[in-house]
Amino acid sequence: MKEYDLVVIGGGPAGLAAAIAARDAGIQDILILERDRELGGILNQCIHNGFGLHTFRKELTGPEYADRFVQKVIEKEIEYKLDTMVLALDADKTLTAVNREAGLFQLHPKAVVLAMGCRERPRGALNIPGSRPAGIYTAGTAQRLVNMEGYLPGRKVVILGSGDIGLIMARRMTLEGAEVRAVAELMPYSGGLKRNIVQCLDDYGIPLLLSHTVVDIQGKDRVEGVTIAQVDHGKPIPGTEVCYECDTLLLSCGLIPENELSIGAGIKLNTVTNGPVVNESLETSVPGIFAAGNVLHVHDLVDYVCEEAASAGYHAAEYILRPVQEAATVLPILCGSGIRYTVPACIRPEALESEGKVNIRFRVDNLYEKKKITGYVGDTLIFNRYRKVVAPGEMETIQIRCKDILSCSDAKDITVKLEG
Amino acid sequence: MYDVVIIGAGVSGCAIAREISKKTAKILVVDREEDVCCGTSKANSAIIHAGYDAKHGSLMAKLNVQGSRMMPQLARDLDIPYRRNGSLVVMINEEDRPALMKLYENGVANGVEDLQIVEREALRQLEPNISEDAIAALYAPMGAIVCPFTMTYALAENAATNGVEFRFNTEVTGIEALEHGWKLQTGTGEIKSKVVVNAAGVYADKFHNMVSEEKITITPRRGDYFLLDRSTEGYVHQTVFQLPGKKGKGVLVAPTVHGNIIIGPTAIDIQEKDQTATTQEGLDQIRAKCGDAVKNLPLRQTITSFAGLRAHESNHEFIIKEVKPGFVDCAGIESPGLSSAPAIGVMVADIVTQILHLEENKSFCGTRRGILNPQMLSFEDRNRLIRENPAYGTIICRCEKVTEGEIVDAIHRVPGARSVDGVKRRTRAGMGRCQGGFCSPRVIEILSRELGIPMEAITKSGGNSRLIVGTNKDRL
Repeated sequence: MKEYDLVVIGGGPAGLAAAIAARDAGIQDILILERDRELGGILNQCIHNGFGLHTFRKELTGPEYADRFVQKVIEKEIEYKLDTMVLALDADKTLTAVNREAGLFQLHPKAVVLAMGCRERPRGALNIPGSRPAGIYTAGTAQRLVNMEGYLPGRKVVILGSGDIGLIMARRMTLEGAEVRAVAELMPYSGGLKRNIVQCLDDYGIPLLLSHTVVDIQGKDRVEGVTIAQVDHGKPIPGTEVCYECDTLLLSCGLIPENELSIGAGIKLNTVTNGPVVNESLETSVPGIFAAGNVLHVHDLVDYVCEEAASAGYHAAEYILRPVQEAATVLPILCGSGIRYTVPACIRPEALESEGKVNIRFRVDNLYEKKKITGYVGDTLIFNRYRKVVAPGEMETIQIRCKDILSCSDAKDITVKLEG
Repeated sequence: MYDVVIIGAGVSGCAIAREISKKTAKILVVDREEDVCCGTSKANSAIIHAGYDAKHGSLMAKLNVQGSRMMPQLARDLDIPYRRNGSLVVMINEEDRPALMKLYENGVANGVEDLQIVEREALRQLEPNISEDAIAALYAPMGAIVCPFTMTYALAENAATNGVEFRFNTEVTGIEALEHGWKLQTGTGEIKSKVVVNAAGVYADKFHNMVSEEKITITPRRGDYFLLDRSTEGYVHQTVFQLPGKKGKGVLVAPTVHGNIIIGPTAIDIQEKDQTATTQEGLDQIRAKCGDAVKNLPLRQTITSFAGLRAHESNHEFIIKEVKPGFVDCAGIESPGLSSAPAIGVMVADIVTQILHLEENKSFCGTRRGILNPQMLSFEDRNRLIRENPAYGTIICRCEKVTEGEIVDAIHRVPGARSVDGVKRRTRAGMGRCQGGFCSPRVIEILSRELGIPMEAITKSGGNSRLIVGTNKDRL
């Protein structure tokens, strides 16, 4: 089997953007391995519009957005294999994969970009008691059935969790003729984008029940109803239970980066994001293995996925073309008050280009109003921006000039926090 | 007219059917559900108990020890995932030592081999994650774990190979004595048989009471469980029990043959015989108890919780006997029912053989090949398989790496998978950490294609459990 310089695991937006950037940076032999039947990843089932506002200044549907990247991959003659599942990745970057045509095969690339995306948290992981009938789906599974196959998974729907897929599916199910009775959200705030709450729930009169959860599921063969109760600090309040008759419960309760391959390769994971710990080059703890997109941390906007992935692809190319010595100094990025995590988790000043910029993406740990987002290198303030509202549902990015880091040569760390 | 009709296609019914098929007889297994293994057999601790627990002198004790001894050979013959991992009954209060010794002595009297008491340090050697409170334990190297689904399917498939018929979606609603034999009223017509075996699990009292004046009561005793992701493999090696309390065996922590960790069960007596819903109370009980014997269990890695019903008979004893001429009970089969199943099969088959004076079935074939799992093959063999049948190169279930080839095999077995759950229990597609999120639409598609029925007709588990209710905008 032909060997490649770079193998990209996953042909969704992250994988495509990474492969394109690596090609632009001068890598010839690139292979994308995609487990599904076509390139584009989860975008293929996101038939609603609203994609690409940042990157293309246009409102595209998911498949249209994906197609722009797929076309570039084809133009640039980047190789890809579909219906191909990577079964194992070793620390020495040996990949084992399988498909119908080639059978089981191994590759030994010089660099790897992880772009496997994420999966949805299933009912079992949520510990919702009750029966286990047909009619309980994660929002994404329902989305695939409706948007790609044309089948309705149910007619009377309750949605638990106000993640973006849940909100989008509330609207989609309504448009396809189902009745969406309510969206319940455990937290006192939604995990989805504000615009989705307005456009997918408010516009259709679908109630959003904040601080509520499903405490029981009824029905033997098929869901017949669910019981929703109000919660206080995550605990159901007795006496607040209300039964909703329905035949379907959709779950949109969080996404989990799919890092089983990363674990197999011995890559260090961040316990908050469940994604790899990466440096400024989006390189994981295993040299030559990079990560981007939802496998790294769950994003809200595909534009940021692609931007991040392009950076990972570029750095993977640099790794192949211009291998560097191990960095002498590593500045960890500390999560100050209000910050749940940052990507990257550390910066190596030696790897920075003096005129360049580095993005630090993060999420806050609660809903805050009138705060300053600040960044410090050591004790030196290098970033300061006022924000009227910050919410856990919206990923934040601060862009730092490399020279601001390089000029603080005695700093031991970098801190991001909320102040004021 | 059948020679034998067995009511219930659980592990007991299937073991009995296979055992009787060693004789020349016309045998039918009927079940109200759509498949084999839909009741207690599908939702239990998946353990082959060594046999120290059942009271010495009881039928339970005898069949448990026999069954446990039969398992290794049966697992080889029928290709059943089975592993003798040993079990530990952990004592956390010194004042319970007499109870621990009593259990040890009971086990020795039952004939369980190699039992020993292990003290604190030896216990930690065996099980590093044992709780700090654990003082000593009864160690039974003969304890084992098994895949209860495969065990039941394997028995059923091998019975079918030897001529046993299966009729599903067939609920027995009445039993009438004939001059020589019985007439069963069912939802799919009348069935006549010389002998009826009642292996109906939690419903066994219903059928017993249709024919006998001496009534029995089977109480469904619900057991809730947590199942942890395979990333927790190795957290415990042995099956770790707490020293038994008044209701059942307390909460156990055990590995499964597939590398998960199973925690449970509760023991909650309930009224309805089909009420397998978990409750907050039940799940909270497991959370509260599971740390007693094993420390810092990674409950965050839970991928599913479920509940099963034990068929609890008031005297906590198996009832296996001919209660009316030609009507044989196999009732009260609660834990250690799975462990005893091979021996229950033999015992019931002996009773039936005596009633009907059955002859040897000279063409009996006692082996079965399981669904081929490509992950068990060498690199070269796996590639040879994919070249011969490319369906083994397409992964359908990402989490458990189940291929299309395995799913197609499961559908075309006899008795074969007819539903998404039937595929799941036979192949593990959908048993992993995403719980079928990615693969269930593909499994529905393969079932539809292979069975030649529309997507909308595919169910989760038979009956009205349809997964798709229509097409987009069909009612607009």
